Amino acid sequence: MDAVNKEKVISVDKLVKRFGDFTAVNEITFDVYKGEIFGFLGANGAGKTTAIRMLCGLSTPTGGAASVAGLDVYKQAEQIKRNIGYMSQKFSLYDDLTVKENIRLFAGIYGLSRKVIKEKSEKILKELGLEKEADTLAGSLPLGWKQKLAFSISIFHEPKIVFLDEPTGGVDPITRRQFWEMIYNAAHEGITIFVTTHYMDEAEYCNRVTIMVDGQIAALDSPKALKEQYKSASMDEVFYQLARKATRKGD
Amino acid sequence: MKQLFSFVRKEFYHIFRDKRTMIMLLGMPVIQLILFGFAVTNEIRNSSIAILDKSNDIATQKITERFRASKYFNVKEVLHSESDIQNAFRSGKVKMVVVFPQNFNNDLSHTNSAQIQLIADASDLNTATTLINYASNIIMEYQSTILDADIPYRINTNIRMLYNPQLRSAYDFVPGVMGLILMLISAMMTSVAIVKEKELGTMEILLVSPIKPFLIIISKVIPYLILSLINILSVLLLSVFLLNVPVAGSVWLLMGESTLFIITSLSLGITISTVTQSQQAAMLISLMGLMLPTILLSGFIFPIDNLPYLLRLLSNIVPVRWYIGIVRSVMIKGTGFGTVMNETIILIGFTVVFILISLRRFKIRLE
Amino acid sequence: MRTLLFLLQKEFLQIFRNKTILAIILVVPVVQLLILPNAATFEIKNIKIAIVDNDHSTYSAELIDKFVSSGYFILADYANSYNQAIKTIERNKADLILEIPPHFERDLVKKSVTNLSISVDAVNGEKAGLGAGYAGQIIQDFNKQIRTKWIALPKYNSAPVINITFSNWYNPLMNYKTFFVPGILVLLLTLVGGLLTALNIVREKEIGTIEQINVTPIKKIHFITGKLLPFWLIGLFILTIGFIISALVYHIVPAGSFFTIYLFAAVYLVAFLGFGLLISTYSNTQQQALFVVFFFLMIFFLMSGMFTPIESMPRWAQIITYFNPIRYFIEVIRLVVLKGSLLRDVFPQLAIMCVFAVVFNVWAIINYRKKA
Repeated sequence: MDAVNKEKVISVDKLVKRFGDFTAVNEITFDVYKGEIFGFLGANGAGKTTAIRMLCGLSTPTGGAASVAGLDVYKQAEQIKRNIGYMSQKFSLYDDLTVKENIRLFAGIYGLSRKVIKEKSEKILKELGLEKEADTLAGSLPLGWKQKLAFSISIFHEPKIVFLDEPTGGVDPITRRQFWEMIYNAAHEGITIFVTTHYMDEAEYCNRVTIMVDGQIAALDSPKALKEQYKSASMDEVFYQLARKATRKGD
Repeated sequence: MKQLFSFVRKEFYHIFRDKRTMIMLLGMPVIQLILFGFAVTNEIRNSSIAILDKSNDIATQKITERFRASKYFNVKEVLHSESDIQNAFRSGKVKMVVVFPQNFNNDLSHTNSAQIQLIADASDLNTATTLINYASNIIMEYQSTILDADIPYRINTNIRMLYNPQLRSAYDFVPGVMGLILMLISAMMTSVAIVKEKELGTMEILLVSPIKPFLIIISKVIPYLILSLINILSVLLLSVFLLNVPVAGSVWLLMGESTLFIITSLSLGITISTVTQSQQAAMLISLMGLMLPTILLSGFIFPIDNLPYLLRLLSNIVPVRWYIGIVRSVMIKGTGFGTVMNETIILIGFTVVFILISLRRFKIRLE
Repeated sequence: MRTLLFLLQKEFLQIFRNKTILAIILVVPVVQLLILPNAATFEIKNIKIAIVDNDHSTYSAELIDKFVSSGYFILADYANSYNQAIKTIERNKADLILEIPPHFERDLVKKSVTNLSISVDAVNGEKAGLGAGYAGQIIQDFNKQIRTKWIALPKYNSAPVINITFSNWYNPLMNYKTFFVPGILVLLLTLVGGLLTALNIVREKEIGTIEQINVTPIKKIHFITGKLLPFWLIGLFILTIGFIISALVYHIVPAGSFFTIYLFAAVYLVAFLGFGLLISTYSNTQQQALFVVFFFLMIFFLMSGMFTPIESMPRWAQIITYFNPIRYFIEVIRLVVLKGSLLRDVFPQLAIMCVFAVVFNVWAIINYRKKA
C-alpha cells in the first residue's frame, strides 16, 4: 500500500440525515486523504447509501458539516459534481448506446474537448481490449466488461474523487481482481477512491475502512489495525462482531 | 391451491400499492359515464342560426317563432342582406342561415308554392346535415298546419320509438362504455403487467418456482378480473341510478355475458404479452391494436352501419363489437339468451383462439 | 451549452434506435390519417328496414317498392308478422319496421283514410330520428301520388307546398372527412408531445439512469431541454407528414397560411411537452404514466369539440372546456384550414395557448427540481 498524502479531500463532521422521525445517518465524522482507497462498509440499512448521496450532492444533509474536494456540500453541491466521478452497480451505462457513444456522452458532459475525447477513448478502448466492441451496444456486453468500462468512464475526466457504490456485485472473481487493479492504478495517479462493498476480502484492499452500524460509525481504521483491535483473522470476523449489534436491518 | 392464493394476493398488493393507477382504473368508468351522459353528445341543442327575412309577413314570422321556440336552435342574429351571410359564417357566429324570399306568404296562399332557402356552414358537414334536417322538419310542421284538415286520401302514420322513446343518447353509449372499460382493464393493463415482469426479469424467477406456469399467469390475471367485475357493477349502478338507463333484460344474463367478455379480453391481453418483449411495445399494441379499433370500429360512438365496407368487414374481428351488440340487446332491448346466442358463441370462439395462441407461444418460449 | 448538444446527440440516438418509438412516429400518423376519417363519420347510411305486409295489394307493393328503391334503406327482412319482425330488431339486424295493415288499399280508397305503423329502434336517437324522417317523407310522397291519381281537380290538389332548397358552403367536395382530418393532426401532435415525452422520461426513472445523470454536473434545465427538444422537432415533422397525407389522400389543402398553423403548433407542442413532463414528475413507472396521460387525454379529447360540438354541451361542461388546451387548437386548425382565417383572427387563442405553455412548463420544472 502506498503512503498516502496528508491532504484532505473529504472532510465530514457530525453529519446528520433525518427523514421525518427516522435518523438515517447519525453524526458521522471522518476524513479521507488524497490518493486513499477508502472503504465504506456496513450492513444494508446502516446508512451507507444515504451518506454517499450526501457527499455526491444528491441529497442535502439535515445537520452537521461536510466538504468534498474543498467544496461545501450545502452551498456548492453543483460544483462538487464537477470534481467527482460516480459509479453504481445497478446502473452505469446506457444500454442502447454503443461503447464509444457512452464514452463520448459522459466525457462531453464533463467538458472535455472533442479532440481530447477522441484521444483518450482510443487509449481506454485499447487498455480494456474493447477496440472491436467500440460500436457495439453497451447492453450486449457481459456484466464484468460493462463495469470495467463504466469505471473507466467515471474517471475519464480525472476527477479528484470517485465514488463507487457496490461496483463489483455479481461479477466473477477474475474480473473483480482486474477491477481492483484498475482501482489501484487510479489511486496511484492521485485519484481518491471511496468505495462501498459487501465483499469483505475487498475491504482488505483498502487503505482504511469504516464500518457503519445503525447510522453511526462503529469503526474507522486500517484493516490491519482493525483485525488486531478485534482479535480477528479476517475482516469478515471484524464485520460480524460489529454488525451483530445492529438493530436496523435492511435498506 | 394455497400457492395460487398467495400469488394472487401478491398481485393484488402490486395493484393496490399503485394508488394512482387504481384510482384511475376505478374512476375512469365513472368519469366516462358522466361525460357521455351529460356532456358529450351529438344532439343538436341551441345551435346558433341567423334569419334573413325579406318578406316579414305573418307566415315568415310564424315560422321564425317556431325556430325561436325550438330547443335545437338559437336564433342569434337577424340579417339584413345577402352580404351579411359571409361575415356571419366567417366569424363562426352562426352555423346556418334561413332565407325567406320576398312575398313569401303571398306566393304561398295564391300560387300554393313558395321557397325557403337553408344555407349551412358545411365545414362541419355532420352538424350541417342535422341542422338542415331539423330545420326542414320545423318548416314541414308549419306546412301541415296550413294544410286543409279534410283533405281526402290521407295516410296517417303512427311512429313508435322503441326502447328509448325520449331518444336519449345515453342508451346508445352505455354498452359502448362497458365494452371500452373492460377492454382497457382486462386487455391492456393485463398485457402491460405481464410484460413488465418479463422486462424486469422477475418472470424467470416465477417460472423457476414449483408453481405451474399457467397458474402464474392465472394469478396475474385474477386481480384484473375482479377489478373488471367491480367496474361493470359500478357502470351498471351509475347507468341505472344516475343516467336513468334501466336494465331491460335479465341482470344475470348481462353479468354472465360480461364475465365471458372479461375472460375474452384477459386472454387477449395474455396473448399480447406473449408477443411483446417490452412494456412500451405492449402499450403501443394495446393502444393502436385495441383502443383505436374499439373506439372506431366497434359501434361504440360511430354506428357500424355508417362505416365503409372494408371497415365494416374489419369490425367483425374486433371482439368488443360483439360484446357491445350483446349488451345492447340484453340491457337496452331486454332480449333473452336465444337472441344473443350467436354472438356468445363468437366470443367463446375468440377466447379459445387467444388461449391457444398464448399456450403455443408460451411453450415455444420455454423450449 | 455544449452539454446540451451532447445530450441531444444521446437522445436522438436513443430515439432512432427504439423501434417502438419509431413505429409511433412514422406508422401511427399514417394509419390514423388513413383509417380514422373513414371510420369516424356520423353520416347515417344503410338504415335497415323490415317490412310486414299484411295487405298484399297493389298499393302495398308500390309503397314497399318506393321504400326499397329510395336509396335510404336496405331491406333487411320481409316478415310475416310484427312478432317476427321485432326479432330482427332485437338481433340488431333491422333498424325499423314498416307495418302495413290488412285492407290498407281498400280503406284508403273506400274510406279515404288509413293507417300505417312504423316502429323504430331508438337506441341510437340520431339514426332513429333520421330513419323515421326518411320514412315519413317517403310515405308523404306516396300519399301525394295516390291523391293525384284520384283527384284531378286543382282545388283538392292544391295543398300549399313550401319548397326547401339547400346550400352548403365551405365544403365544395361535400366531404365529411374534411372536418375530421385537421382534428386528427391535432390528436397526433398531442400524443407525441404528451405521451411520448412522459414515457421517455419515466423510462429513465424506471431503469435508474436518472441517478447517473443527477450525479454529473448537468444542469437540470439542460437535461429537461434535452428531453423535450427532440420531441418538439419530431412533432413538427409529424405535422408536416400529416399535411402531405391530407393533401394527397383527401385533397385538403389549408385555405389559410401555413405559417399561422405552424406557429400555433409550435406553441401548442411546448405546452403539451410541458404537460408530458409534468405527468412524468408524478409517475414512477411507465405503466402509471401511460394510464394517467391516457386518462387526461381521453377527457380532453371528448370535451374538445373534435367529435361532438361544444355548443351541444351543457353550460357547466362548456365552461370546463375553456381549460382544455386541445379545444383551442381544434378551433384554430379548423378555422385556418377550412375557412382561411387569418393570424389576427386566431390571436386570442394563440395568446391563451402561450399561457398554457408557461403554466404547464413552470409547474413541471418546479416539480422536477423538487423531486429529482
